[in-house]
Amino acid sequence: MTKRIVILGAGTGGTLTANRFARHAEEAGLEIIVIDKDDDHVYQPGLLFVPFGMAEAEHLVKSRRRQLHRGVDYIEAGIDHVEVDENQVVLEDGTNVPYDLLVVASGATLRPEETEGLMGPGWGRDVFTFYDMEGSIGLQKALAAMDHGRLVLNVIDMPIKCPVAPLEFTFLADAYFQGRGLRDDIEIVYATPLDGAFTKPEASKHLSHMLDDRHINLVTNFNTGEVDEEAKKLISYDGQELSYDLLVTIPLHGGANFVGMSPKLGDELDFIPTDPYTLQSKVADNIFVIGDAAGLSASKAGSVAHFEGEVLVPNILAWLAGKPMPESFDGHANCFIETGHHKALLIDFNYETEPLEGHFPGPFGLPLLKDSYLNHMGKLAFQQLYWHLLLPGHDIPMVKAQMPRAGKRNLEVKHVKTGE
Amino acid sequence: MSTITLAGKDIARTDDGFFEDPSQWTEDMVPDLAKSEGIEQLADRHWVVIRFMRSEYLTKGAGPSVRALGKSSGVPIKELYQLFPKGPAKQAAKIAGIPKPIGCI
Ligand SMILES: Cc1cc2nc3c(=O)[nH]c(=O)nc-3n(C[C@H](O)[C@H](O)[C@H](O)COP(=O)(O)OP(=O)(O)OC[C@H]3O[C@@H](n4cnc5c(N)ncnc54)[C@H](O)[C@@H]3O)c2cc1C
Repeated sequence: MTKRIVILGAGTGGTLTANRFARHAEEAGLEIIVIDKDDDHVYQPGLLFVPFGMAEAEHLVKSRRRQLHRGVDYIEAGIDHVEVDENQVVLEDGTNVPYDLLVVASGATLRPEETEGLMGPGWGRDVFTFYDMEGSIGLQKALAAMDHGRLVLNVIDMPIKCPVAPLEFTFLADAYFQGRGLRDDIEIVYATPLDGAFTKPEASKHLSHMLDDRHINLVTNFNTGEVDEEAKKLISYDGQELSYDLLVTIPLHGGANFVGMSPKLGDELDFIPTDPYTLQSKVADNIFVIGDAAGLSASKAGSVAHFEGEVLVPNILAWLAGKPMPESFDGHANCFIETGHHKALLIDFNYETEPLEGHFPGPFGLPLLKDSYLNHMGKLAFQQLYWHLLLPGHDIPMVKAQMPRAGKRNLEVKHVKTGE
Repeated sequence: MSTITLAGKDIARTDDGFFEDPSQWTEDMVPDLAKSEGIEQLADRHWVVIRFMRSEYLTKGAGPSVRALGKSSGVPIKELYQLFPKGPAKQAAKIAGIPKPIGCI
């Protein structure tokens, strides 16, 4: 009997999952359906470069449908909600799509409306985010028009997609204004709710030195409660104020909005409670989760969705066959951090091991936690890898789902609680 | 790690002041814990948050973030900061004797 797998979302995680399943469709008797609301697949890591004229917006978008292999059915429609107990998805036009197994790959959404005043009169004028296409194009114009004043990058709260991207933005802004000969006239501020530049201590130390070297002011423990866009200032919950001339905000994130409309499916922030190792949801046995939609302590990054794909697909195939799930995800994430002037830094970590110095994927690989031209080339190459290896659902040669231990200095496994 | 004495028991805490063993916690420790966080007068609303933190930890294995607290404890974020000015999630977790809420990365 054919089993129907329905995948919600045709972004990074949904596309690579569908294509990995397509290879087993016949032998395992699978019908594979993917649902997304439009046909524009955006290469999101490229949005970081658009404001600085380092990438063209239209070169970041391809057809979603064309990234899906033969044997995968694509439904272009908005998802209204999921009925967990009925095993069906209801589309915005009222159609029911029943499933045997559901994969939630609907990512994270930006929720600027949840911060008081953020979408006020300054939104799109001197307040932007580069986390979506529209914002990142608008920001390009705003940066080009800026010749003095204070640029504030503000992360409102965690979790966010690609937690290093806001830091990268400040590094690139530093290089950008140097290039225009204006660096002395522009003050750059990085305001974060965290108690350091980054969530993980070793990397945080390195990154805060890098901010110092570039004269970027780090403001920690800043919990934005409100934005006063007439007076152009951020006001924290405990009453601190921070004024700006240009505000680059990373809005609050939540899961996809339909998750909130689906009884039992999500948590307070509309992410799906998920087993961190098997990737099976805690909501129902026949619901699995990949990518940013999962309520896990893993990074919300494309590289993570890729590594998860290597675990998710064999686990689902085993589960469907009534066998024990063979694979376990270790929280592996791998991120290039663009530092400006054609250099980048690489970090590699998982649930238990924070980013350390050394080399990746082994002793003679790319330098870890050190900026280098090689890493910058790695970051650029990622775009090609994304379209031609990740999305088609191939493994990357030499780079395994499990975090490599060889090449890392001072590696001691710390047992960090994962929320289990 | 450091040790303090609360309600006649020796309690081991992490360097940043969170219980090593949450099962050692009892409600009668709360006033002293609150004082060490600079909270002299415990109002009912403090208790709402502290008990909520505790039950979230016991059911989910981790304390909630400020945002999740604001959405599910019944106490809005603004008020949470009035009650726990140095950071609601961290301060309430210390007082409720549970581990540091994990920052999502
Ligand atoms: C500025 C920026 C820079 C980044 N840089 C990097 C980087 O350098 N490296 C890296 O690894 N990652 C990076 N990321 C993160 C990476 O892009 C995401 O983590 C990754 O795309 C997550 O994949 P996903 O499948 O979970 O979600 P997505 O790719 O976002 O896909 C979710 C899909 O669900 C669909 N959907 C949601 N709701 C509905 C609905 N109601 N109806 C129909 N469809 C719906 C959406 O349309 C979307 O296509 C970056 C992200 C940003 C924003």
